[in-house]
Amino acid sequence: MPTIGNLTIERDTLILTEDWVLAHFSQLRPQVQTALANAGATDHSVDWSGLGRLDSAGAALIAELLGSDRLTALAESDTDLAPERRELLLAVARATSGLEVDPVSQAPTLRESLARVGRGMSEFYRGQKLLAGFIGLTLTALLAIVPRPRRWRLTSLVAHIQSTGLNALPIVALLTFLVGAVVAFLGATVLENFGATIYTVHLVSYAFLREFGVVLAAILLAGRTASAYTAQLGSMKANQEVDALRASGLDPMEMLVLPRVLAMMISLPFLTFVGMLSGILGGMLVCFFSLDISVTQFLTILERDIPLNHFLVGLGKAPVFAFVVAVIGCLEGLKVSGSAQSVGEHTTSSVVQSIFMVILLDAIAALFFMEMGW
Amino acid sequence: MAPLIEVRGLVNRFGDHTVHDDLDLDVYPGEILGVVGGSGTGKSVLLRSIIGLRQASGGTIRVFGQDLQELSAQDRSRVEQRFGVLFQTGALFTSLNLQENVALPLIEHTGLSRSDAEHLARMKLALAGLPAQAAWNYPSELSGGMVKRASLARALALDPEVLFLDEPTAGLDPISAAAFDRLLRTLRDALGFSVFLVTHDLDTLYTTCDRVAVLARGKVLVADSLEQVEDNPDPWIQDYFHGPRGRAAADAHQRLGREDY
Repeated sequence: MPTIGNLTIERDTLILTEDWVLAHFSQLRPQVQTALANAGATDHSVDWSGLGRLDSAGAALIAELLGSDRLTALAESDTDLAPERRELLLAVARATSGLEVDPVSQAPTLRESLARVGRGMSEFYRGQKLLAGFIGLTLTALLAIVPRPRRWRLTSLVAHIQSTGLNALPIVALLTFLVGAVVAFLGATVLENFGATIYTVHLVSYAFLREFGVVLAAILLAGRTASAYTAQLGSMKANQEVDALRASGLDPMEMLVLPRVLAMMISLPFLTFVGMLSGILGGMLVCFFSLDISVTQFLTILERDIPLNHFLVGLGKAPVFAFVVAVIGCLEGLKVSGSAQSVGEHTTSSVVQSIFMVILLDAIAALFFMEMGW
Repeated sequence: MAPLIEVRGLVNRFGDHTVHDDLDLDVYPGEILGVVGGSGTGKSVLLRSIIGLRQASGGTIRVFGQDLQELSAQDRSRVEQRFGVLFQTGALFTSLNLQENVALPLIEHTGLSRSDAEHLARMKLALAGLPAQAAWNYPSELSGGMVKRASLARALALDPEVLFLDEPTAGLDPISAAAFDRLLRTLRDALGFSVFLVTHDLDTLYTTCDRVAVLARGKVLVADSLEQVEDNPDPWIQDYFHGPRGRAAADAHQRLGREDY
């Protein structure tokens, strides 16, 4: 067991004894700092003949005590010093000579806070500009391969359809079923006051055909698939696989981005359709069990009162949402730079952005369709 | 002298593929042991087995007289603190800057305050030959050579007793590689640790290693001083040391003399 090192000042001599090792660093450093603060210890002569074990941490402390120039001079002139210890002291002295003090961290001033807001805004602007550019790039890549069936990546496309579409079916169906039931309950509670519980059927069908089917499916895909796209492309980017593709004369847009975007655009309409059906099914069950509206009656009202255009309005939004979600997922993945943390940041950002965009676009579309009377 | 690391009858299999078959190897205190072998002879697997990252398929490995696999988690961590490991690709923590990378084991294992630990970390980084301002850089901002140096600084953080280096000079320019070799010897002489050095760099082998172990056909063919190993009649060893590159490195070493390094 090493004994704790000691630093004493006798008359004009600094005396270093015992073991100066990492294990005692926290006890030794205060001694060194006290010695430095008291009476210019740098002018004293040094006696280190009583030193026990010494490692690089201890040597660093000695360098801090004496300053690297003095340590170098002392180590070189001391003939009694064991050669390996001299080497260590010299190496550490060399290493510490260039070290400057810590950069001062300033408390944030008002000016800096404003600057941060400004930086955030211009960052956001750049992000949106980049997204618009990336959408354009995706579209041109798509148009470029449309007339060349040999360059369609069918295998990759089908694989992505399976993972984004088929594998997401159960969760989409379950989720919309539950929301459908909840909407029906809400409708039943509110409409009961007017004795108009029969309109629960209209409420559920309108809601799911126009909005909920597509929005719920799109949000689910944003959480489930956009994040997966970002993580996949992000680790490929970090691993230089994207560079390798480009260096072999292959276009990452065509190889990586298009199959994913197209897979999403094909999957989401199907998922939306399933979402609509199972949402309405959930509503229908609630109507049957708690409002005594029979299934036949429900279906008759559905057929008689709900025009086809509501279904089309809902389904028509699906490819647009899918495109936006997939493009954001891919773009965030390609923005990843090197580190594991960066992959995490961009995955978060891709999910937040794609859900935000889905809801924003849906709101704009709702306004537009209302004005158009569709 | 009792060996620090004692590998006996080590067997490592991946499915049907046997990498190590009854392999024996000793590492003695204070020596630099170079481990060479063709690609795929299991040099890195051997390293991973010794430091306990891989459970061997058979055989025993004793480090400081203890078998890592038999120890409790706490004792094992205590033994592992006496290791310093430099991985092939650096394996720096990408979410921390360099001084935080080096300070992490110091803070976790020695209970130093953050400022003390970072002060020491900057010294270690400088010791490994990095410029002072690099301490605040993140690994993704560094060149390959700088990553190697930072990784060495992290391996040295706790002043280990055994240093495991997996191809430390691969990817360095010749000047940096020579400086690395010199640094390694200086630190070894000063701190007295042992080094387990996996390398393909013949110059490193000639200038730094006290003993060389040659891995082939799942075993250590020979582990001895370089002169002895060179004279081994095994055809692979003859090719390795007396091929054009081996001869060039040997000639260079003879011209410069060991003392100059």
